[in-house]
Amino acid sequence: MQLIECPWCGPREEVEFSYGGQAHVPYPDTPGELTDEEWARYVFFRDNTRGRFAERWHHSAGCRRWFNAIRDTATYRFERVYRLDEPRPVTP
Amino acid sequence: MSPRTPGADLPEHPDFLWRNPEPKRSYDVVIVGGGGHGLATAHYLAKNHGITNVAVVEKGWLAGGNMARNTTIIRSNYLWDESSAIYEQALKLWEGLEEDLGYPILFSQRGVLNLAHTLQDVRDSVRRVEANKLNGVDAEWLEPDEVRKVCPIVNTSADIRYRVLGATYQPRAGIAKHDYVAWGFARRASEAGIDLIQDCEVTGFATDGNRVTGVRTTRGDIAAGTVALCAAGHTSVLTDMLGIRVPVQSHPLQALVSELLEPVHPTVVMSNAVHVYVSQAHKGELVMGAGVDSYNGYGQRGAFHIIERQMAAAVELFPVFARAHLLRTWAGIVDTSPDASPIVGRTPYDNVYLNCGWGTGGFKATPGIGWALAHTIAHDEPHPNVAPFALDRFVSGALVDEHGAAAVAH
Repeated sequence: MQLIECPWCGPREEVEFSYGGQAHVPYPDTPGELTDEEWARYVFFRDNTRGRFAERWHHSAGCRRWFNAIRDTATYRFERVYRLDEPRPVTP
Repeated sequence: MSPRTPGADLPEHPDFLWRNPEPKRSYDVVIVGGGGHGLATAHYLAKNHGITNVAVVEKGWLAGGNMARNTTIIRSNYLWDESSAIYEQALKLWEGLEEDLGYPILFSQRGVLNLAHTLQDVRDSVRRVEANKLNGVDAEWLEPDEVRKVCPIVNTSADIRYRVLGATYQPRAGIAKHDYVAWGFARRASEAGIDLIQDCEVTGFATDGNRVTGVRTTRGDIAAGTVALCAAGHTSVLTDMLGIRVPVQSHPLQALVSELLEPVHPTVVMSNAVHVYVSQAHKGELVMGAGVDSYNGYGQRGAFHIIERQMAAAVELFPVFARAHLLRTWAGIVDTSPDASPIVGRTPYDNVYLNCGWGTGGFKATPGIGWALAHTIAHDEPHPNVAPFALDRFVSGALVDEHGAAAVAH
C-alpha cells in the first residue's frame, strides 16, 4: 500500500487519508458581484491535470488535519506535502 | 517422421475486420478517440448520414481504453426524462445491434437488479421505478423474496451488515461482449470507407479564430472540417490544448474477474451502497466492478484496498463466492461530471463537438450516443437526445442529477 507523508504524523498508509480535490481554489472575494458564469466556474469547474497537480488531502483516520500535496496524477507519486499556511512549492 | 513447419497445422489467419490505412491529409470529420463511442459515431455517420470521409484517430489500439475495461452492463433505468430518453434509445438500438452490425455481440438480456439496503434506498428506488414506467422503461420493484427468486445466490437473510430490503429490476437490461461490440462497429465503419487510424495520438490543434482547422498528431497533421472529441477519461488533456474548461474529473475505476466457474449467477446485481456490481460472463468468469478511487488519476490502475473492500462486499452479498479466486484486476480512467450525467454538444469552437462526462456508465450508451453524435455532426445541431446535456447547463443550473441511478459510487 502506498505511504502518504502527513506533515504532522509522518508516513502513514493510504487508507488513513481522504481526498479533497484541487488545492488553492479560494472562495470568491466579492461573492455578491459574481455572474452566473463566474459562480459556475467556482462551484463546478476544477483543473483535471494529467501530471503534477496541487491538491488537498485530509488525514481523516489520523490527526484529522488537512494539508496540501503536489502529486503526479499519471504516476500517483507524491512529490511534496506542505501545510495549508505554506505557499505552493516550486517543483522542478 | 519429417520435421514439420512450426504453426503449419494452425488455421488460416481470419480475415482482418478493418483496414489499417495511412492517414490522409484531410477529412470532413475527425473523431478523436477510437473507443466504443468514437467507433459507433463513425458507423452511424456512414449508415445514417452517408458521411464517410471520416477518420477515427486513436492514440493506442482500437477499443483498448475503457471499452476494454468496463463491466459491460447495459440498462436504461435512470431517473430523469432526459436520461431515460438517451439510455432507452440506446437499449432499443442494442436490441437490434447484432443484426445491424452483422456481427455477434453476445447481447444477453438477463436483467439487472439494483439493490436497496436502507429505507432511503427503498424510497429512491420505488420513485425511480415509477419514473421509469412513465417513460416507457421496463421496471419493477421487487421485495426481498422476489429478489431471491430472480437471483437465488443473493444473501437476503437478516444476518448481513447491510440487509437487502428489495431491488429495482429491469428485465430488458443485460450484458454484451464489449470487444465484439467494438469490433463490429469498427468493421462496419471500415467497410464504409472510414479510416480507423491507430497509434495516432493528438498532440495539438490548429485553430483559426473560432474554428479548429485540423489536428496535430504523432502521425502528422490532419486537416478537419469538424472535430468530435470522444476521449472519455483523457478528454481534459485535449480540452486543455484547446483552452476549453470542462467540469470533469478523471478517476481510476477498478474491476476484476474470478477464474472460470460453472454458471451460478443468472442476472446482473448492482449495489450502490456496498460498492459492488456483479455479473457472470458467457465464458464463466465473475465480472465485478468497484466504486472509483477517490483521487484524480490517469494511471489506469488503482489502489488495492479498494479491491479488498469490494471483495468484502461481494462475499457478504454472495456467500457462495467465498471460495472463488480473484484472477486479475485492472482499472480504466473515467471522466466524472458534477451531476453524474454526460456532457455532449457544442464547445466555444464552432466546429468542435464534445462528448465526455459519461463517468462510470458510458458503455451502455454506446449505440445511443453514436447515433445522436453522428446526427449532431451531420446537421450541425445537437440531436434532441443530447441537447439537455450541453456544457452550458453548469451555468444555467439545469443539471440532470443521476447520482442515484449511476449505481457506481463517485
